[in-house]
Amino acid sequence: MEDLWSIAVVLLQVWFSVMIGFIMIPAMFGLSLGVTSVYIQILVKILEVTVRKLDEKGGSMEQEMGELRRYRTQSISRGEFALSDSFYFYIKGLESIVDDQVTQRFSSEELVSWNLLTRTNHNFHYISLRLTIIWGLGVIIRYCVLFPLRITLAIIGLTWLVIGTTLVGFLPNNRLKNWLSELVHLMCYRICARGLSATIQYHNKLNKPQKGGICVANHTSPIDIVILANDGCYAMVGQSHGGLMGVIQRSMVRSCPHVWFERSEMRDRNAVTSRLRAHVAAKTNLPILIFPEGTCINNTSVMMFKKGSFEIGGTIYPVAIKYDPRFGDAFWNSAKYNMVNYLLRMMTSWAIVVNVWYLPPMTRRVGEDAAQFANRVKSAIAHQGGLLDMAWDGSLKRAKVKEEFKEQQQKMYSSMVMGKKGRNSQEPHTESTRRQ
Amino acid sequence: MGSRASTLLREEEIEEIKKETGFSHSQITRLYSRFTSLDKGENGTLSREDFQRIPELAINPLGDRIINAFFPEGEDQVNFRGFMRTLAHFRPIEDNEKNKDPIASEPLNSRSNKLLFAFRLYDLDRDDKISRDELLQVLRMMVGVNISDEQLGSIADRTIQEADQNGDNSISFNEFIKVGNVYILYIDIDIDI
Repeated sequence: MEDLWSIAVVLLQVWFSVMIGFIMIPAMFGLSLGVTSVYIQILVKILEVTVRKLDEKGGSMEQEMGELRRYRTQSISRGEFALSDSFYFYIKGLESIVDDQVTQRFSSEELVSWNLLTRTNHNFHYISLRLTIIWGLGVIIRYCVLFPLRITLAIIGLTWLVIGTTLVGFLPNNRLKNWLSELVHLMCYRICARGLSATIQYHNKLNKPQKGGICVANHTSPIDIVILANDGCYAMVGQSHGGLMGVIQRSMVRSCPHVWFERSEMRDRNAVTSRLRAHVAAKTNLPILIFPEGTCINNTSVMMFKKGSFEIGGTIYPVAIKYDPRFGDAFWNSAKYNMVNYLLRMMTSWAIVVNVWYLPPMTRRVGEDAAQFANRVKSAIAHQGGLLDMAWDGSLKRAKVKEEFKEQQQKMYSSMVMGKKGRNSQEPHTESTRRQ
Repeated sequence: MGSRASTLLREEEIEEIKKETGFSHSQITRLYSRFTSLDKGENGTLSREDFQRIPELAINPLGDRIINAFFPEGEDQVNFRGFMRTLAHFRPIEDNEKNKDPIASEPLNSRSNKLLFAFRLYDLDRDDKISRDELLQVLRMMVGVNISDEQLGSIADRTIQEADQNGDNSISFNEFIKVGNVYILYIDIDIDI
């Protein structure tokens, strides 16, 4: 018994020294031993070799839809009203029942080829013994080797964040405090990133958000914050929580100003805007980090940006974040998984591989209103990240669509019908596939 | 879309649906996956609210009619079999479809069944005639508030005039077929797997 105990103690010591020596300390100083990148390369090789067979064929539904539509729109533009006009709406309706552009954004992306995680393969059929064995090995590695490592790192990272920021908070407000605060924040986020085996590639670093600006990015998961904060310091904006999150929030605020709102304050848009404006006006404050979509989307598209963030003024620094879905599904489906469940899933994926693009800063043009500006920024982000630019509102995840959009459709159809009576129709004949 | 999708649909059920509707195995599993993702209550049936949650369907002027087509008389829930049966009307007609059983009933997606389905979307009271009122109802749904009652009335009258052949001031199924036949070829949806 005693022997076993002493062996266990030795193992634990080795474990900790490996962790501290090889992972934490380089992480704290922003260096990398390159282990993660080697791991990623090996992983890619394995996935390519073993899972080639599962590639599914199939053209897109949209291509074929487009062809059918050509016939139907012709039929509509030729006559006034025909009994078959209603068929057009029936088909559109049925097609949206079979698959639609919006609701699929609120669930995880489907992969073309499997990445050896059962959670991403919905139709898991038994393919071959070899694949099953490799999958089994994968499970063992992910749950028994990677997971304990990552959890320990995450705990250390968060604890250090709380302790470090509290200690820094005791200093008087001067440059030393700011410098130390940034150092502490960076170190802790780097440790947390290691805790997720995150490999982040930053592009265009010269466009990095500056003090007194506002950073906007597309939102896929709470991990976005860790990803962005690995390369710079931001002032976070959000609701004050209780519990563990609350402890972290309160200690962070001690070392440098973040903007935490009470739940009641959040409903008052003016109060929110004025607080953010005050923060931005003080040019020495860190750039604010905002996710204008307002909710997590599954990283295949960018949904409508809420114009509130674009009314504050100041310079906007857009950032595009794209996760590589082969290594793990980063999307947080908050309807399905709570935060703890989600983090556990993250820590048992292969890795998190992210590309972050810093886009050149933008400001509101003369004569442009906040909504148009928001759209402009959104298109830039979607274009850079290779995501679909959608005009649908992310809040459709939980709320119903507004009646006005149906009225728009009716109006369009009416002008088609009336326009044939000799009056020139002003409305251009366009497909209303995407509407605000 | 849950990973339990394919585990909850048994092989025998898939075979039965295949026979009844003509969809392929992969199309059925794909649609089952879609069915479960729409089924927020996770009780194996869809309600009208579940359909309404699809934004593109909610803004469709005829959305309510389409949704109603899925629900049998007086019922508020539709299960997967019912869902598939309705969708089967719109499965593309394939050239290589042979009737394995010569006395089997006509497939759900035959031309006349498709037209009957479209006809029933107008003919709510199932009296096998589209009356002026029923036509007006559908017209009103499609144009909203943008056209006056008189104008809409005259459009309806004109349409009935053109289609009506036996002078009963309504459109019967045979008269409907003559008008609708050209476009029926395009009433199918592709379920791509």
